[in-house]
Amino acid sequence: MSEAKMNLSPKKKFPYKLKIEPRLNNPSGWFSSMLSFLAVVLALLVGAGIIAMAGGEPWRAYAHIARSSFGSVGVFSDTMVKAIPLMLTGLACTIAFRMRLWNIGAEGQFFIGAWGASLVILAPILPEETPKWIFISVMAIVGMAMGAIYGFVPGFLKAKFNVNEIISTLMLNYIAVEWNNYFIYAKWSEGGFQMTKVFPKNAWLPRLADYAKEIPQFRGLTMHFGLVFAIIAAVVVWLILYKSQWGYEIRLIGDNPKAAEYAGIPIARNIILVMSLSGALAGLAGMSEITGVVHRLQGHISPGYGFTAIIIAWLAKLNPFAVLLVSVLFGALILAGREIQPSGVPTMIQGVIMVFLIASDFFMRYRIYFARRKESKS
Amino acid sequence: MSLAIILQAGVATGTALLFATLGEILTERSGILNLGVEGMMLLGAMTAYSISHRFGNPWVGVAFGMLAAGLISQIHAFITITLQADQVVSGLSLNFLATGISLVLGEGLNSLSNVPILKDFDIPLLSQIPFIGDVFFAGHTALVYIGYLMIPVSWYFINRTRQGMQLRAVGEYPSAVDAQGISVYGMRYFYTFVGGMLAGLAGAAISLAISPGWFAEKTTSGQGWIAVGLVIFAQWDPIRAAFGGYIFGALRRLVLDVQGPTMILGMINPFYYNPYYGFFLKMLPYAFTVIVLIIGSREANRKRVGSPAALGLPYIRGQRGL
Amino acid sequence: MMDQDNRTQECEKNEVCMRGIVKHFPGVLANDHIDFDLRAGEVHALLGENGAGKSTLMNVLAGLYRQDEGVILVNGREVKFNSPRDAIAAGIGMVHQHFMLVPSQSVTENILLGMDEPRFRLNLPYYEAKIAQMAAEFGLHVDPKAKIWQLSVGEQQRVELLKMLYRGAGILIMDEPTAVLAPKEIDDLFNTLRSMTDKGKSIIFISHKLHEVMAISDRVTVLRKGKVTSAGIRIEDTSRTELANLMVGREVIFRIDKKEQEPGDVILSVNNIHAENNKGLNALNGVTLNVRAGEIVGLAGVAGNGQRELADVITGLRKATEGQIIIAGEDITNTPPKVGIRKGVSHIPEDRTHVGTAPNLSVTDNVIMKNYTDEPIGKGWMVNDDAALKYARELKAAFDIIVPTVNTSVRLLSGGNLQKVILAREISKQPELLIAMQPTRGLDVGAIEGVQRLLLLQREAGSAVLLVSEELEELLSLSDRIYVIYEGEIMGEIADGDMEKIGLMMTGMRMEDIRLQGEKSNE
Repeated sequence: MSEAKMNLSPKKKFPYKLKIEPRLNNPSGWFSSMLSFLAVVLALLVGAGIIAMAGGEPWRAYAHIARSSFGSVGVFSDTMVKAIPLMLTGLACTIAFRMRLWNIGAEGQFFIGAWGASLVILAPILPEETPKWIFISVMAIVGMAMGAIYGFVPGFLKAKFNVNEIISTLMLNYIAVEWNNYFIYAKWSEGGFQMTKVFPKNAWLPRLADYAKEIPQFRGLTMHFGLVFAIIAAVVVWLILYKSQWGYEIRLIGDNPKAAEYAGIPIARNIILVMSLSGALAGLAGMSEITGVVHRLQGHISPGYGFTAIIIAWLAKLNPFAVLLVSVLFGALILAGREIQPSGVPTMIQGVIMVFLIASDFFMRYRIYFARRKESKS
Repeated sequence: MSLAIILQAGVATGTALLFATLGEILTERSGILNLGVEGMMLLGAMTAYSISHRFGNPWVGVAFGMLAAGLISQIHAFITITLQADQVVSGLSLNFLATGISLVLGEGLNSLSNVPILKDFDIPLLSQIPFIGDVFFAGHTALVYIGYLMIPVSWYFINRTRQGMQLRAVGEYPSAVDAQGISVYGMRYFYTFVGGMLAGLAGAAISLAISPGWFAEKTTSGQGWIAVGLVIFAQWDPIRAAFGGYIFGALRRLVLDVQGPTMILGMINPFYYNPYYGFFLKMLPYAFTVIVLIIGSREANRKRVGSPAALGLPYIRGQRGL
Repeated sequence: MMDQDNRTQECEKNEVCMRGIVKHFPGVLANDHIDFDLRAGEVHALLGENGAGKSTLMNVLAGLYRQDEGVILVNGREVKFNSPRDAIAAGIGMVHQHFMLVPSQSVTENILLGMDEPRFRLNLPYYEAKIAQMAAEFGLHVDPKAKIWQLSVGEQQRVELLKMLYRGAGILIMDEPTAVLAPKEIDDLFNTLRSMTDKGKSIIFISHKLHEVMAISDRVTVLRKGKVTSAGIRIEDTSRTELANLMVGREVIFRIDKKEQEPGDVILSVNNIHAENNKGLNALNGVTLNVRAGEIVGLAGVAGNGQRELADVITGLRKATEGQIIIAGEDITNTPPKVGIRKGVSHIPEDRTHVGTAPNLSVTDNVIMKNYTDEPIGKGWMVNDDAALKYARELKAAFDIIVPTVNTSVRLLSGGNLQKVILAREISKQPELLIAMQPTRGLDVGAIEGVQRLLLLQREAGSAVLLVSEELEELLSLSDRIYVIYEGEIMGEIADGDMEKIGLMMTGMRMEDIRLQGEKSNE
């Protein structure tokens, strides 16, 4: 119940001493958002320092990021394109993390979802003349199903054998890449190149640019229908986590599995369900990326969306709508980051943000203040 | 392509895994879970390569590689020990951070030429033993031989010394250690640092000895994660860790080399004629890690032994239980 | 003024003298200007109810905490302890209530832990011999090679004592040492303590159990709410009633009003249950008992004899390898916990924080744990937040849970309030069967009375209550019948509150054997 007080008083006769005490009540939501914001700011500062150390020009780099992501409608649309897969994988991580299931495999589930969507066209499952909406629906369903299977596997291993899901999902990431590579280089390769043939136009997700005839301002805008998927997914995840009985069970298991077991909630079943759902969302991200952006299956379809999603979920404090917002920011980072020297900057900034975020959690649980030093009575 | 050559290369590759796994075993035995091994290895590899070039001496590179990884591990140590944050999330962040820094500071390293690397040599007498000599004692860099020594030394340290007993105690029941006035925090900081240094050594071994060069993330390509899995397979014991490390090393080499020659081990190489099957070969080490995890977890359940009891739990004085 | 100086001089001559000790924790003043002294060769009891500040004071003396104000003198010299090492160097060693032993390591390794010798190489056989010798000298028999998890609780306590003696401690602090011992083991312990004081050791004995304090101590200091209510009075000069008053500050009624009533049908029937514990060893070896509606059945026994496993089997958290559990006529053996919960089984778990509640979730989320699928809180697949909030507020008022709002995280609650949350959740459903595991452990007297009252109310309302408790007095005053469990078997059943028989059964004698013995002595 009571915890030892940490006494960091310096030896000199400074009249005040630093006191650190556990908080007696939860801090307000406002405080928590401010902490997150501060963490990001500090992270950007530290990141700037490291960039400078590597010989780059940090402020120029940051200004460039801002301009090339939000500078015009065109680039904003490009930012959104990068944000969409982040939103979906971020939601995938959110729902898993709520149950303390560390799904590091969103990247692999993304790849398998993309593969699943390609399967519809290249197997083929549907003929090329299929109407657009059927094509897209089936591709979405198959993409989600494949992603779900790829999430089911580590979920099952955890439920049945207590296999650490961090390592298993991570290993599956590497396996998924090679799986896709096999189909890209060999089975479905187009003319010996490292990509499949282009999907028929019917299988492309509608883009804003498609309506340029009706609305000329939409000319050249690449933002696609995947955004609708993401928003619907966010609403669904929100409903599940905050409004449904299942969400209550998920949150309870996440906080204390023993208490959940005691309350009669089946843990193994939920591990499998949640991992499958998480995989399905990431799989949908993969499907939307290839049908909305590149329109074929190829090797480079993700600059690490599944990994960035982890940080997004954490920064958004596992809130689905916050995930949407934070994804836009990170989309900007990724979009502009490609042009910054050195090229590892986005990853590094993400890492620094994450570190500061976790450290800032400390201030949610403990109060720090200066108190007048008392004289000891003899 | 003889079996001896494959195994010899496997021993070299396995040495990196060995170092990383041993380091993480020490860290976890003290009660701290550090999932940032991959990032620390990458940082060690990058630093070693870069410093070796700067100072013209690979050993200086190795030293700095170890130091860099050891220092960055202290961020994780501070966050998990003093700030008592969740160890899983902190380890993941450390990964991102270390990987990111490696990529940023390692920019342009892959275009360097003539970076001094470690030389290989034979051990006199022992290298002449047929087969065993070729595999274990010939044509390796000093790090591999150091690796051999580390196995019994670390076993002896953990199981037969007073300091090792303290290490085991602090990971099982830190309250007992605290009640004796030994600093639980201090010990955990220390062993996290040692674990970091060993991860850095593993990285340096890769970039300066085993597969010399800098290839961004592909330098380590997941070996740090395999090491974390191996810790579970090893049941936190150095001997089993060595066993697992060398087997995995051999597996990796097999995968890399098998795609080349037409005849391997005296048989016609099916993978050569259809290179596309190579992709499935590449999956092998990762699939094996999962299998190894299943085996390790089942054994742990069966024997009711397992991870150090206090692993992953922050230590708060006065809290009931541990 | 003169008196004060005299007392001060007296204090400073003693083995240990603590003056003006003040210790704060967030939100509570644990020690409020406490004076305490210990004379050489005595057993000095520190008496007070849970939360009075006894453990805190002794933790300060043992070097685990640093006092905010006040001085400590050992043999007349002022000392400042920065860590337990300093206290041990000054000759003060503490045996904690919860042993500080590493379960997977051996007795010898545990005793050696923290010593500077051996410097590097661990030469176990040498030290095992040394420890065996010391154990024989003090009469603390234990196998130096055994691993801690293999030892009984009494043996583990001996290891703790050996640890202190090995370090040359002359002053021993024992924190609630009898909490986990059977009556016979308690006698052994008291004999050991006496032989140690004969050898010149001084002992501080922390306890909240009046009868033990009366039995073993030479002098007693009573603490209440962080203050000393009476310092160092000799046992001969006081009485049980007086001490009780000093402990709680008002007349304590030792009897509880229990109405006479006829029990109804058998609600819980446990037939020949066998089960294993977490280590794979047999924990339950054929337990048979029953509980009827409208009665409280107590289960007496030293902790670790299968009580926990039995509760787990009844509530579906553990597999029974043999036997049946029948509740209200239905065989629910080895069904999932939900089945029992549906049938009206409530369970107050032993571990409040790790099993009974979800610490970071709110009070509201914690109280709906068992009825979130039922109307009005559960509607279809959703949770009706307003209904949940209303329910939580009602419970907060009815059970007097002290908390800023029902949205507060449960981990911020005090022990007593946490238990109220669990009670509110489990009792407000009018359970058919209530399994109460150590419901009053660690609570202060006011809270204890509240819980006991609630249990009696459930009994009056017709619930079947199975009460597992370490406090024999509590079991005697609340239960209609008492079973005694020992090493996973029921030794016998008592309906007349015969303490002596219960004590014997707790050490492994069966009822039949006691009767036989009784008959023999009558011949």
